[in-house]
Amino acid sequence: MTEIDWIARAGTRAKGKRPDFLGDPIAERMLSILLAVAGEVSVLKERLDTVERLLETNGTIRREDIEAYTPDADAAYARSVLTKEYVARILRGMQQDMESMQAAEKPLADISADLRDS
Amino acid sequence: MKQDVPPPYTAVTQHAMFPKPSHDEAARYNFLANFNKHMSGTLGAGNKLAYETRVLPAFRAEQGRDPQDRFEVRHAMNRDPWHRLWSACRRNAMEMRQQNGRSIVLRQLDELDALAQHFNAGRDTLALNPDVAVPRYQAAVDIHCMPGSYHGEERPGDVSAGANYDSGLFATTGGQLGALNDGGGQALVEWIRRERPDWSPRRILDLGATIGHNIVPLAQAFPDAEVIAIDTAAPVLRYGHARAQALGVHNIRFVQMDAEHMGAFPDGHFDWVQTTMYLHELSGKSLPAIIREGVRVLAPGGLMFHLEQPQYSDDMPLYEQFLRDWDAFNNNEPFWSAMHALDLKQIMAEAGLPRDCQFVTGVRAVADRSIFPDAPAPDEEDYGRTAKWNAYGAWKPAA
Repeated sequence: MTEIDWIARAGTRAKGKRPDFLGDPIAERMLSILLAVAGEVSVLKERLDTVERLLETNGTIRREDIEAYTPDADAAYARSVLTKEYVARILRGMQQDMESMQAAEKPLADISADLRDS
Repeated sequence: MKQDVPPPYTAVTQHAMFPKPSHDEAARYNFLANFNKHMSGTLGAGNKLAYETRVLPAFRAEQGRDPQDRFEVRHAMNRDPWHRLWSACRRNAMEMRQQNGRSIVLRQLDELDALAQHFNAGRDTLALNPDVAVPRYQAAVDIHCMPGSYHGEERPGDVSAGANYDSGLFATTGGQLGALNDGGGQALVEWIRRERPDWSPRRILDLGATIGHNIVPLAQAFPDAEVIAIDTAAPVLRYGHARAQALGVHNIRFVQMDAEHMGAFPDGHFDWVQTTMYLHELSGKSLPAIIREGVRVLAPGGLMFHLEQPQYSDDMPLYEQFLRDWDAFNNNEPFWSAMHALDLKQIMAEAGLPRDCQFVTGVRAVADRSIFPDAPAPDEEDYGRTAKWNAYGAWKPAA
């Protein structure tokens, strides 16, 4: 273990002014937190998958088995699909906003009025 | 249906110098590879939709004309909420990649530095020179949000910058560069074998080599060649030299040197002068100066070859230019935009490589495609990171 405070130093800021994306510094950092947590959930899911696979194969488990685990091609594919599905789920809102740009839709109140009168 | 997904981080070759990831550290990169792919692929299309359905119509309504350049497109797009959120997500992914990589590297820095010492001590193939200053274009900001850039050290003499760079290339490119992140270098080998099957360069010079990942394949392809890899940053050279040694490649000399000042090399010394994804990290004055120096040290009949993302041209739609510019303004690539608008052919001509000796060719990363994905289709292209380049080259006229 090094004498360097590796936890603190891992998060060093890159030199250069950070762009203002969202127009609100609090929203900006809420997004940073959210995405970092989203990443950690993905990590937990992958770890759980490893545990399940090792238990399935060996019936027992040691922590070093988890560290040494290397998925074969089929397992790697299945795990990457799991992550892809997870990413698609958490980004659903953006994907649906994207789709709504393709559709010219009236507000529901207008449709409601239209249906009432026709 | 078969899903298009990135390979696992465990497919990356853990050579002896490579920072060893824990299970969860690898999983973090797996998340980022998937996240980045989703952002550029599935959601990347949203930027164009926003542009076509509302940003461009609003611009026309306001200005009574179309945008004139990529900067006007950017200013207009930066007001669009969808694009702003997309950009914010992408920026965060870049920052997370750096945090993840630094975390992996710094917790094992003692081991990595000891290994580097083992591979580097007493070798004449590593020549560091503390008198080489960090160029202004490198000191201005930390390039692609990499804290400390290539020259940063956590303690004097360490390899943290190089190790972090090697560790995370996979996450940013989704594995397109292959097991050793050397798809660019492999592509150079494939290209020259096809172009000049009987040619054996005696001396090869790589400018801005960083960790040498793109020059190692050339050194392996030409084991009798004397290869020199220069960079201004000692930490990446220390790591790169150790990495090459760990891979059993001994014919590369890693030298700390500024490519603007290569007085140590006589005129016409090299048969091949190479840069790989380097020119965009320079500056308006240093780029032509470095190309001039490169031409000076290039032998008559020798090859100069620059691998880069495609240059902007009048034929390239402004929207594509704008998207290709994303890294310039959002990922600390301050010369990216200006560089891609330069007339490289004219600069090379002025440096002594006449236009009739020049060529431009497309090059794709070479990797084991049974494991690692090829560059995506144009509509899913991750501009700036796709492992598909344009090569701007020239054969120097014989004297």
